[in-house]
Amino acid sequence: MMAVLQAYAPLLPEIIIVLGAMVLMMQGAFRPENDAETSRIMWLALAVLVAAGVAIVQLGEPARLFGGAFVDDAFARFVKLLVLAGAGGAMVLAFDEMKAQGSFKFELPVLLLLATAGMMVMVSAGDLMALYMGLELQSLALYVVAAIRRDDAKSSEAGLKYFVLGALSSGMLLYGASLLYGFAGTTSFAGIAAAASVAGAGQNLLLVFGLVFLMVGLAFKVSAVPFHMWTPDVYQGAPTPITAFLAAAPKVAAMALLVRLVMTALPGVQPQWQQIIVFLAIASMVVGALGAIGQTNIKRLMAYSSIANMGYALVPLAAGGAEGAQGVLIYMAIYIVMTLGAFGCILSMRREGGLVEDINELAGLAQTNLFLAFALAMFMFSLAGIPPLAGFFAKWFAFLPAVKAGLYWLAVIGVVASVIGAYYYLRIVKIMFFDDAKAPFMATRAKEGAIVALALVLVLGFVLPFVASPLVEAAGTAAASLK
Amino acid sequence: MIYKAILFLPLIGALIAGLFGRAIGHRAAEIVTTALLAIAAVLSWIVFFDVGFGHTTARVTLLRWVTSGNLDVSWGIRIDTLTAVMLVVVNTVSALVHLYSIGYMHEDPSRSRFFAYLSLFTFAMLMLVTSDNFLQLFFGWEGVGLASYLLIGFWYKKPEANAAAMKAFVVNRVGDFGFALGIFGIFFIFQTIGFDQVFAAAPDMAGKTFNFLGYQVDILTTLCLLLFLGAMGKSAQFMLHTWLPDAMEGPTPVSALIHAATMVTAGVFMVARLSPLFEHAPTALEVVTFVGVLTAFFAATVGLVQNDIKRVIAYSTCSQLGYMFAACGLGAYAAGVFHLFTHAFFKALLFLGAGSVIHAMHHEQDMRNMGGLKAYIPTTWAMMLIGTLALTGVGIPGLAGFAGFHSKDAIVEAAYAGHTPYNYAFWVLAVAAFMTSFYSWRLMFMTFHQSPRWKDGHGAHGHDDHGAHGAKHGHDDKHGHDGHGHEPHESPLVMLIPLFVLAIGALIAGYSFKEYFIGHDYKAFWAKALYEGPNNHILHDLHSVPKWVAWTPTIAMLSGLALSYLYYVLAPGLPAATARAFRPVYLFLLNKWYFDELYDRIFVRPAMAIGRFLWKGGDGTVIDGTIDGTAATVGKVTDRVVKLQTGYVYHYAFAMLIGLAAIISWFMLGLGGVK
Repeated sequence: MMAVLQAYAPLLPEIIIVLGAMVLMMQGAFRPENDAETSRIMWLALAVLVAAGVAIVQLGEPARLFGGAFVDDAFARFVKLLVLAGAGGAMVLAFDEMKAQGSFKFELPVLLLLATAGMMVMVSAGDLMALYMGLELQSLALYVVAAIRRDDAKSSEAGLKYFVLGALSSGMLLYGASLLYGFAGTTSFAGIAAAASVAGAGQNLLLVFGLVFLMVGLAFKVSAVPFHMWTPDVYQGAPTPITAFLAAAPKVAAMALLVRLVMTALPGVQPQWQQIIVFLAIASMVVGALGAIGQTNIKRLMAYSSIANMGYALVPLAAGGAEGAQGVLIYMAIYIVMTLGAFGCILSMRREGGLVEDINELAGLAQTNLFLAFALAMFMFSLAGIPPLAGFFAKWFAFLPAVKAGLYWLAVIGVVASVIGAYYYLRIVKIMFFDDAKAPFMATRAKEGAIVALALVLVLGFVLPFVASPLVEAAGTAAASLK
Repeated sequence: MIYKAILFLPLIGALIAGLFGRAIGHRAAEIVTTALLAIAAVLSWIVFFDVGFGHTTARVTLLRWVTSGNLDVSWGIRIDTLTAVMLVVVNTVSALVHLYSIGYMHEDPSRSRFFAYLSLFTFAMLMLVTSDNFLQLFFGWEGVGLASYLLIGFWYKKPEANAAAMKAFVVNRVGDFGFALGIFGIFFIFQTIGFDQVFAAAPDMAGKTFNFLGYQVDILTTLCLLLFLGAMGKSAQFMLHTWLPDAMEGPTPVSALIHAATMVTAGVFMVARLSPLFEHAPTALEVVTFVGVLTAFFAATVGLVQNDIKRVIAYSTCSQLGYMFAACGLGAYAAGVFHLFTHAFFKALLFLGAGSVIHAMHHEQDMRNMGGLKAYIPTTWAMMLIGTLALTGVGIPGLAGFAGFHSKDAIVEAAYAGHTPYNYAFWVLAVAAFMTSFYSWRLMFMTFHQSPRWKDGHGAHGHDDHGAHGAKHGHDDKHGHDGHGHEPHESPLVMLIPLFVLAIGALIAGYSFKEYFIGHDYKAFWAKALYEGPNNHILHDLHSVPKWVAWTPTIAMLSGLALSYLYYVLAPGLPAATARAFRPVYLFLLNKWYFDELYDRIFVRPAMAIGRFLWKGGDGTVIDGTIDGTAATVGKVTDRVVKLQTGYVYHYAFAMLIGLAAIISWFMLGLGGVK
């Protein structure tokens, strides 16, 4: 009995989260519903995330469970920690704001925990079944979360759109998975890899079509162009703390899943998937940059920003190899920090009537709240990729493998797109520092302030070797473990 | 130690005057720089006698400079006879010019800057002449170019001065381009740029060729010609001479130091220094001779009709440099350097004398507004007379004469002994000597003799002129404003002393040193500083030319003097009549063979046109247009992207399906490598 339990030890983080979600749901259902109680559930949910994180750090040797369907390696652990950090950070941001909006229900932390569990399964997926299971667990939870303000038309619309389009993408993904199964006769990544590395496999329509459909489904999850259309609407419609959650952890998990899929299941058809990745990367970078320029709503702007950022993150993946995977991981880690920091600032744009979302409301922020203006300016500079901030290094590690792999023009397009993209980031800085001041915002809440300060320290301090090198090394180890 | 002192005293002076000039005051800056230069000059003479007669040579390595692969360059001092001669010339003239400038610049508001530049120039020139590798030579070369630029444009509020400074810089770029290419070539061929190593390897390279566009080109000839291009620029030789007359916009002491005695002779020095290379490239030597002879002739013709006193001397300098190159080209390096040596004295004397005249005339430079000055400034007249006698080469063949007599006549004789085709070098140089005599005496007669032309009517002009100058460069002459009107006045003693010293040089430098430089003792004197090929006996041959050849320059000089006397003293109407009779020729010469106009047409205007095109068309239309166009396109595409975002789910789904279909089609059509 003990031996069986020990064999499942690598599942411990997921088990902790799922069990935690169950317990919290019971507690929410059977205890009186009041603020103090939900607050406690929120803190408990955070504690569950921390416990899962500790469990990941404590894990022993890398292992494969369920016939390779569940993979626990350095890559999975690295990404899981990122996911936990992203989910935890977004959860902290969600506390007070959701309470203030009167939509703070105990289901929220439970759903977020379940989504997190789904993401962790995605990250560890070594089989098409596990892939789909994790993806759907995550997605279903997020559909509900996006629509959690049932009294708010926009939130409901966002949730519904997300669900409908997500279902479509799931259909495509499933179809792709079935084609791949038809080709390889197995759903395991290792089996597909073996079948796909036979000479001439790249000419097999079954394989190529399966590849295309599968990647389209995943492209939807990372909101890569042209499968991005839901992103601006959902980001804008969902409650802002939920948007922060959507923008951070799920993107990392989906990107990691994509990396693992193409590198472990489909190395034999790299020329084929490379073309798709390049196409998605270019389209995302360009449309993301151009689309953001026309926006006046800061959440919509962040939506386009994340589309563009996914494009940049795909650049090293196009290059392939361990170095490419490392570039993706570094990019996503820095992306999470910048995104949470920026959303911390956005959640601080509060007046008496609640959150404001128009960019022009930021006018003259430097005169009324210099810290907030400075922090947001730094996140914008970092997103624009200006040295010596973290965002610059993210782009550096993203473009470097592409250049090494000879994809010069891809790097050039990326640089041009980030120049265009710099425009809208810098526009926010300009509005904050040079326009006439508007009425001041309410004081920043402690939780948002803490997240912003933490993110700011990381963004500013990334240039220091003791901040950068552990991350770069860990990402390198993680990337090397992908086999 | 003494070598380092000579080299770095001027630099110290320049730094003190340049950095602390404001703090220590003008007077202190003047005294410090002048005193340091005087010390350096005295030390130079000690070194000169030590090296020239004690036969000491030395190589001092100061510090490693560049080490990169095969390239290993050190800052070093190379002391041999050639260096010692140049040290004497540079430091003596520089010290005297410093002293002279105390008087000449005495009311300029930024005197300490002037002295800092002068000392900086001296340092750069010393780096040039003491270099023991090509890179250091180039460093000094560019250093003197910079100092020359700064000093020509010293009165930077004068637009002409700025234009002249830029012209000097730009024209020198042309030469330096060749020079730099030559150095690259040297490194490429010899894998080193140290003089000793290159010279040692040069004989093995003689006659070797490389393939250039299918032609077999001689390596050494090519290298020497490239290097000579640099010399042509710096020494204002034919085609690259146009900057020198314009450089006269600088203060007159600058003209004396840089544009007569030292910097412009750097080209001659370089050819002499590189004699071990040039000796193995006979074709290059022929080119050097031809260019030298042509310049000597061309500049002399232009000098005939110039009216600006400084420009006459400037063209004379140009012409004399041609003589020096001609000598080097013929293999008589010693004669060329000898002429460099004597020329430094009498040409500096003439320039400083001209400065004294200009000072006396309240900054009038046009000789047509002078005349009869002998009575007012007799000392200056006497000094200028000595200078003229030296330049025109007055002396009795076989006996003795002024400085120029010994050196220039030696060159003319070498031209005969050198057996050029049709003896063209000899004849042209003789004619040039005739013209030299004519324009030199013309200058003397128009300035000091004839009847004064500055008294009647010109007074007002002179005043205005002076006023304008004073306003422009702040050189306010107190004599212009006090009681005794506009009568020319003798210069102060501080300006006259340098004239005396130089006059001594102009008198005796030729006679005293001729045996060592080009006479019986020349082999011991030069030791290994100058190299002569095994078949080069020209220094020996030039002493055994026929009597009539030896007399030719003297006769040319005398006839020039006679004709000048006729034109400008006996029959002052003749020049105008001649100019009328030969009007096209006169205009051709007056306009300096139309070189400036030619260059304006060929280079300046097309360059301007290209610049305008690139600015308006390239930068304005293409680049700005691209950027503005990109910005406009971004705006349009942004509108599109935003409009696509309709909010309808079926539109979004449709977009996804189109994306999917596009990727599928891509592979189905075989574009992605799948058939």
